[in-house]
Amino acid sequence: MQSQTYNYKVVRQFAIMTVVWGIVGMLVGVIAAAQLVWPELNVAEWLHFGRLRPLHTNAVIFAFGGCALFATSYYCVQRTCHTTLFAPGLAAFTFWGWQLVILLAAITLPLGWTSGKEYAELEWPIDILITVVWVSYAIVFFGTIGTRKTTHIYVANWFYGAFIITVALLHLVNSAEIPVTLGKSYSAYAGVQDAMIQWWYGHNAVGFFLTAGFLGMMYYFVPKQAGRPVYSYRLSVVHFWALIFTYMWAGPHHLHYTALPDWTQSVGMVFSLILLAPSWGGMINGIMTLSGAWHKLRTDPILKFLITSLSFYGMSTFEGPMMSIKTVNALSHYTDWTVGHVHSGALGWVAMVSIGAMYYLIPRMYGKTEMYSTKLITAHFWIATIGIVLYIASMWISGVMQGLMWRATNPDGTLTYSFVESVKASYPFWAIRVLGGVLFLTGMFIMFYNMMKTIAGQKAYDAPVLAPAGAHA
Amino acid sequence: MDINEARTVVTVLGLVCFIAITLWAYSGRARKGFDEAALLPFSEDDLPALKGGQTKEGNKNG
Repeated sequence: MQSQTYNYKVVRQFAIMTVVWGIVGMLVGVIAAAQLVWPELNVAEWLHFGRLRPLHTNAVIFAFGGCALFATSYYCVQRTCHTTLFAPGLAAFTFWGWQLVILLAAITLPLGWTSGKEYAELEWPIDILITVVWVSYAIVFFGTIGTRKTTHIYVANWFYGAFIITVALLHLVNSAEIPVTLGKSYSAYAGVQDAMIQWWYGHNAVGFFLTAGFLGMMYYFVPKQAGRPVYSYRLSVVHFWALIFTYMWAGPHHLHYTALPDWTQSVGMVFSLILLAPSWGGMINGIMTLSGAWHKLRTDPILKFLITSLSFYGMSTFEGPMMSIKTVNALSHYTDWTVGHVHSGALGWVAMVSIGAMYYLIPRMYGKTEMYSTKLITAHFWIATIGIVLYIASMWISGVMQGLMWRATNPDGTLTYSFVESVKASYPFWAIRVLGGVLFLTGMFIMFYNMMKTIAGQKAYDAPVLAPAGAHA
Repeated sequence: MDINEARTVVTVLGLVCFIAITLWAYSGRARKGFDEAALLPFSEDDLPALKGGQTKEGNKNG
């Protein structure tokens, strides 16, 4: 048993593809943003904004974010369970199966194959493949936990586990559809029920794919990089269950002032407000882990990424509940404010915590102690941070401006502005957004270079499995 | 039982369950297990054995 090693191969594959898909997904995002500034860039139907936009969201959420979650969950679950991955063949299948899903998305979305459900656009044959890959993922992950050599299941694995189970449930319910042809299906639900199920899915995709999964990442990599255990383990347990009990109900806030019954909208709003408590509990728990070691932030750019990601997590989980209040939503909904909010979460929280975790993982996958260049990590951090700030600030301004222009009325009750006037006024802010996006993408290219230099000439490395400690035997 | 009563019961049970978990988490009984679990990521050093050309202080590229 002493010669057994951890299964690093699948972690390595997912880690590298995280960086690659990050570049692809964010590049498509930059192109889509540029198309809003320069409409001439909408060349050919399959490169039109309407088709590139879902390609961008799918690529950054499921390709970039998904690969980061696979890589880190496989790493964390092995090392905190003191055992190699369960069913290694199946683990390899999750890698190749997930890459195939991404490839099919990159082909079918520009071709216009879409079920029209936001963040669930992929058509039914791909939905079936996703289900098969996801069930395999669950078998590998929970099989590893089941064969663990430790007494306890570390809290990060609870978050990863909740993410895997919930995403399976969300995907199965929301993707229930009637196939018509190979590339076209219709939702099994109709009218407002369809809308409610879609946003139950949509918000829980945020809550469990983009939050619970990445919180698992946070609970492993922040203590590891800071070199000290999590600030309060009991708070992490309460954080977990509070999140589980409340997130499921927040979806209706996407459907304020629609045909959805009024009481359902209010339930969604109230639960969104309650969510502030667990979210900030988790953020405080992560940041306070550094308590007594704040000086490390000055010199360690990986910690900078991780702790800044928690700050953005705190910001966007404050902003989210505020935007779910119906009167605030009346101003913010359908404007760029929503886009800014999403990117404060997606770039600030999800991408930054993933980037930090990848800088931690990549050298370890190749038997090295750190990345090729620490200076380049620092450069990446500052370029990315400036990019996010430009992105969010421009979307806040244009969003509030759009909301105010759309609701302005003259004394006789007619609208003060036509819609196109608000488009014209948004123009400079959309240009600033392109700049923010280009900066963030530049950071990813720096990361890619740093990664290639780290890997170059190195042999793949698999660490030996730790013999169980006496207390845990 | 009416379906709406069942829904009410499930909601109230959810709240009771959550409060029970919180009380348990903050009770002394959970403490020992939590302290052990919190140290799980640190039960080993995951840095690979240092090879020639690398030092613990840092790399040579900045």
